[in-house]
Amino acid sequence: MSERLVGIVFAHADVAAAFVTAVGAIAGDDHGLIAVSNDGCDKAALTRALELAVAGRPAVVFADLPGGSCAFSAAAYARSHPNVRLVTGVNLAMLLDFAFHRDLSPADAARRALETGRNAVTTPPPGGP
Amino acid sequence: MSVDLFRIDDRLIHGQVVVGWGQPLGVAFIVLVDDEVRASDWEQELYRMGVPPQVAVVFAGVDEAAGQLAAWQGDPRRGIVLTGDIAAMAALAGHANGAITDVNVGGIHYREGRKERLRYVYLTDQEADALRALAKAGITVTAQDVPTGRKVGLDELLG
Repeated sequence: MSERLVGIVFAHADVAAAFVTAVGAIAGDDHGLIAVSNDGCDKAALTRALELAVAGRPAVVFADLPGGSCAFSAAAYARSHPNVRLVTGVNLAMLLDFAFHRDLSPADAARRALETGRNAVTTPPPGGP
Repeated sequence: MSVDLFRIDDRLIHGQVVVGWGQPLGVAFIVLVDDEVRASDWEQELYRMGVPPQVAVVFAGVDEAAGQLAAWQGDPRRGIVLTGDIAAMAALAGHANGAITDVNVGGIHYREGRKERLRYVYLTDQEADALRALAKAGITVTAQDVPTGRKVGLDELLG
């Protein structure tokens, strides 16, 4: 069996830690997610932080803002690391689903996260009389 | 309105620039002055992907930017000119013939040899001197990460 995926939640300020805490509270601790913040990091430090978190393992990086420093750094990193894929616009639904589907390839897990995350963004019809 | 903001930010184009400043200023173009990015097609494509489609992104080396500065200043749209370090902004200012009156220090993060001046500004002594030289040339240098943040003057920054 191939190595299970790790998920790196790579986001602004305390967002990543909050997401990982929330996944643990809902799905338990065997979620394979690591939180990395961009606080205090320039471009080189962002890359180092990501490299430390990935640690050579197959991984999906979940970044928050598509135009943010985390996403840019992760995209650059993934370009030279074929076993690492990036998904932007992270939400709780995609992370919860990822926690239970860590036996996929990075590419398949990224596709799945994209679909799950998109499906979770809805605007239910207004209720009331 | 020409160039509304000349900013030094070692994260280059990122959330604070695109959203934090870009939205309230209503910018229509962002100029990224960086020789390394100027030479990399894929990095340029990456940065374009992170910017809303209504905002034009221009990539320029320092020398190119110096030649284009008057055109950007005369652009009827609002824009931001961004460099990744003080040296690039100083080089640009050196060719600007007074067209750069204000420089915003938006983010220079920790590296070995740099001393903390603000949560988002770390400087070596040489970098501090380079900011002083900008001020001596008549440019108002302030630090401010986001528009709602406090604008910190150079004297306080280097205090």
